[in-house]
Amino acid sequence: MTRSTVGLAAEVQVTRGEFTLRAAVVAAPGEVLAVLGPNGSGKSTLLSAIAGLTPLSGGWIALDGVTLDDADSGAFVEAAHRPVGFVFQDYRLFPHLSVLDNVAFSPRVRGLGRRPARAVADDWLARLGLADLSHRRPADLSGGQAQRVALGRALAGGPTLLLLDEPLSALDARTRLDVQGELKRHLADFAGPCLLVTHDPLEALVLADRLLVLEHGRVVQEGTPAEVARRPATEYVARLVGLNLYAGTADGAHVALEGGGSFVVPDHDERGAVLVALRPSAVVVSTSPPDVSSVRNTWPATITGLTLLTDRVRLDLSGEPSALVDVTPAAVAELGLDAGQRVWLSAKATELEVYGHTRPARSAKG
Amino acid sequence: MTGARTSVREPAGRPPASATLSRRERERRSVTGVGARSAPLPLLVPALVAVAFLVIPLAGLLIRAPWANAWEVLHGSQVAEALTLSLWTSTLATAISVVVGVPLAWVLARTDLPGLRLVRALVTLPLVLPPVVGGVALLLAFGRNGFLGQFLDQWFGITIPFSPAAVVMAETFVAMPFLVVTVEGALRSADRGFEEAAATLGARRLTVFRRVTLPLVMPSLAAGAVLCWARALGEFGATITFAGSFPGRTQTMPIAVYYALETDPDAAILLSLVLLLVSVVVLVALRDRWLRGGAAP
Repeated sequence: MTRSTVGLAAEVQVTRGEFTLRAAVVAAPGEVLAVLGPNGSGKSTLLSAIAGLTPLSGGWIALDGVTLDDADSGAFVEAAHRPVGFVFQDYRLFPHLSVLDNVAFSPRVRGLGRRPARAVADDWLARLGLADLSHRRPADLSGGQAQRVALGRALAGGPTLLLLDEPLSALDARTRLDVQGELKRHLADFAGPCLLVTHDPLEALVLADRLLVLEHGRVVQEGTPAEVARRPATEYVARLVGLNLYAGTADGAHVALEGGGSFVVPDHDERGAVLVALRPSAVVVSTSPPDVSSVRNTWPATITGLTLLTDRVRLDLSGEPSALVDVTPAAVAELGLDAGQRVWLSAKATELEVYGHTRPARSAKG
Repeated sequence: MTGARTSVREPAGRPPASATLSRRERERRSVTGVGARSAPLPLLVPALVAVAFLVIPLAGLLIRAPWANAWEVLHGSQVAEALTLSLWTSTLATAISVVVGVPLAWVLARTDLPGLRLVRALVTLPLVLPPVVGGVALLLAFGRNGFLGQFLDQWFGITIPFSPAAVVMAETFVAMPFLVVTVEGALRSADRGFEEAAATLGARRLTVFRRVTLPLVMPSLAAGAVLCWARALGEFGATITFAGSFPGRTQTMPIAVYYALETDPDAAILLSLVLLLVSVVVLVALRDRWLRGGAAP
């Protein structure tokens, strides 16, 4: 990655007390990069640094080849002069201005007269289906409307980079789906790179072209949604996408797991440190030892918890290895499954996804 | 176990206190969601004493006022001159306070300049300083022999003390801190997120101040200005020390009241009533802020 890259390129390092964020980020024009991570992983700090609200303590940020921040040379473009649109998690619509004037704010302060700025705003409001609301105050908007106004306000300034901080998290579940679909359309229309911070994996999978997973201020995985969903790199990502994940060491077909236990998985080319991903629905539960078969991995485990999900029951099992297993409510009744019970688990070798335990290629040094 | 707990709450031989609750009271409590309307005596009695102490003197003004020949009394005194002087000087003092006090409040609330804590202490000092001391201090600085005043006198022939300008200065000195403190508090509690948002939309710092910060603290600025104006209007100690009491020139309403009390008590009462009326108007203007049980917006 070089600074002359078209789109966004950055080696971000921000130190705040004990916490340090180190992340390398690249986003091409037209690409939606979702930054996924738990609370306190540094997602918002990353956006804040790119927007110029938080100066870097190390590294640099460049947009379309122009340096916005460089901790070494000291170069720094103030937030007001960066061609960046920012949609805040809490929207931050100016309460004293109408919807129209909120959206006209950016064109206005960037030099347009009152009337041309309002014309630009009218245009955006029409495009976002908000023309009827232009004279309302932000306090009189619903959550979904406020979200769209915030997006319109960020876009009206004509930014070349769009930053969205948890854009849907303030919405209730019902509105979220509608707004999500709409947001996807508008993001597709946006020509520049777009960074979207979220802790909702579904939002990331639906909206993003590529995912970047942050944990404790570090990039732990980067890839397309499909890659990340199939081969999670960490426990956190595995839980997000609903997979069992085991770290282990491969020696031929035999994979010894770190937490105890082992799997036999023929036909993989990995050696040394590997990760094994297993879908909870791919595990079969039985109350007696099943017929031993070479293509099946079989091991005993104890049920420690049962949770009813919409159409299935998730069993929490402790054993070597421990696992989450999904069964039908009918199976729970037939087998008489209950907490504390000893059962047998088995999984076909073909259901076990074995892959190298490598860190993402583009993570920042250190 | 239940029995044991009950015996702790209800000492033996004493049944739970029972009284009747009227239908209206039931309805009121269920609607407002609060407890009994009455207050326990140890709280109610001191509260009534406080109310009486604050209200009785005002009632005295109304009772003793010479309503019958009010017009002649007022006409005979210099009330029009004093009131005019008071109104324009306190308004000018407020305007000056807004023009320099709001930027000062911003600097105190938003910057990290060295010595800011000392500046804040000095700026708020007039709030607690006896106004007479303020007047003496102004005299020593801007008086004919003051360390600044002597140069104004020698070089420009400007003499400030005992002029209407001195009235305005004395009032500004005493009243501006009220505005600064009010606006600074509002700026501190204002959501910085809006300013960040404005910055990402391309607004420079001065634009952010003008188009976002200022409108957001406008209610507090208005309240601070009214407070400042009321304080300037009632200013006595600093004004009489620094500006004296020349009728028509530096004699403001409070000073006129004070002198009238010696020569013409009826006029003093009526002048006081005029000031009371102005105060009531101010209070009504600020009712949203102060009369809503402390839940200021």
